[in-house]
Amino acid sequence: MPLIETSGLQAFYGDAQALFGIDFGLDAGEVVAIIGANGAGKSTFLKSLTGLVKAPRDAIRFDGAPIGGLPPGDIVRRGIALVPEGRRLFPSLTVQENLLMGANAKRPGPWNLQRLYAMFPILEQKRREPATALSGGQQQMVAIGRALMSNPAVLLCDELSLGLAPIVIREIYAALPKIVAEGMTVVIVEQDVATAQQVSQRIYCFQEGRVSLHGKSNDLTREQISAAYFGF
Amino acid sequence: MTETLIQGLLLGGLYCLFALGQSLMFGVMRLTNTAQGDFIVLGAFGAIALASLVELHPALIALVLLPVAFGAGYLLQRHVLNTTLGRDPLPSLVVTFGLAIVIQNALLEVFSADPRSLDSAGINTRSVVVGDLAVGLLPLIVFGVALAATAALQLLFNRTALGRSFRAVSDDREIAELMGLDAKRVYAFATGIAFMLILVAGVLQAMRTTVSPSDGPLLLLFAFEAVIIGGMGSFWGSFAGAMVLGVTQQIGFRLDPGWGIWFGHLVFLAVLVVRPQGLFPRTRG
Repeated sequence: MPLIETSGLQAFYGDAQALFGIDFGLDAGEVVAIIGANGAGKSTFLKSLTGLVKAPRDAIRFDGAPIGGLPPGDIVRRGIALVPEGRRLFPSLTVQENLLMGANAKRPGPWNLQRLYAMFPILEQKRREPATALSGGQQQMVAIGRALMSNPAVLLCDELSLGLAPIVIREIYAALPKIVAEGMTVVIVEQDVATAQQVSQRIYCFQEGRVSLHGKSNDLTREQISAAYFGF
Repeated sequence: MTETLIQGLLLGGLYCLFALGQSLMFGVMRLTNTAQGDFIVLGAFGAIALASLVELHPALIALVLLPVAFGAGYLLQRHVLNTTLGRDPLPSLVVTFGLAIVIQNALLEVFSADPRSLDSAGINTRSVVVGDLAVGLLPLIVFGVALAATAALQLLFNRTALGRSFRAVSDDREIAELMGLDAKRVYAFATGIAFMLILVAGVLQAMRTTVSPSDGPLLLLFAFEAVIIGGMGSFWGSFAGAMVLGVTQQIGFRLDPGWGIWFGHLVFLAVLVVRPQGLFPRTRG
């Protein structure tokens, strides 16, 4: 049984439909990438999984239980955490306070401040500084750490590389194997196809709110991905 | 001049207590409570009513009513004000304005329009000699309570998990909920605490002078002026704004007994024109 499964998932912003029947499956321990152009529905999909965008109850199942439309707090307590697009740290909180916010879900697990500071030592040095005073890469570390502090079973990462220099992106993605080694299941939304193929076992390509391609990362060719990504 | 300054600062202490609840609710929820003054009057009348039933020291009356005030604020936010929150500030303004009218009329119905006061157990007639000056004990207590309440609120905001939650929901409610926070519950806690401050302000006001059901709008005005002068949502800013307002009014009273309140309004308008964000516009800890 997949850990997360969506069947015919639709999502709306008011009258505008953003997702048109997404069928998606995620097995425990997998790293799955979702790629697609701007406006393809990738972020909306993650928001649906985390309760930020309303969805029919049965359209999303987590560990066999229907979770569509549950409040975000209930979903994070069940074990799905999101690293949001643009990081969205709390500007009036310090680095450490931002990390502690993630622990509100009170789930048991291996992640705590010590583990995070061991993975991202710079955050310990800057723990008393306002989170938004950090560089973009360091802020992304805080956003990842904040999500990990809830000790999720599934980590959803929305555009980790957005606005970051290539060297910083490599540093951020270098942490991924350590996270996966803890038994974490990961979904990465990424516009950089090469990075997505490199870090994931399977890829879903979204186009205009629909899945246009799905397969094992190593099996998909550049031509297939280009066709699914751009629609030609 | 020293006496005017001291009297102004002590008056500012009372205005600070009027303003802190307003500052807290705006800082956490961006909610402007236009019934703030009427809730202070309601607190004062609640204390007067309790004092008429049981003979207790005013401090004990306040202590007994504090949990009631917290509960009232919590329930009001949870079941009424939370439904008005959103991008549009108008619904909360209309609802709190409506509450102000209801409170005024209910107090008139129950207590009549007669001014009343709370027996201060002799505190308001005692004074403390400081150098050449005799300073009233009650104003000193009011100032001390205002100072302690401001410091306590700032500590709560900066050093506790609840304060962290207040700042987080104020920064980004959606992400705070994604972290497992129940924003509506956090808002209710904030209003509960604001109502405890409102009660303390009401009890001290009733000990200091007479209160009548129609006093609310003027108290709201003083609270609002202190918050605007200091900077919306900043506790020490509200404290400083209240001090500026108190000292300015006292200087006006010194020049002419009819000018005091006007002087305060003039400073308020001057701040609005020159520095509309207030003197210390930090909303969060």
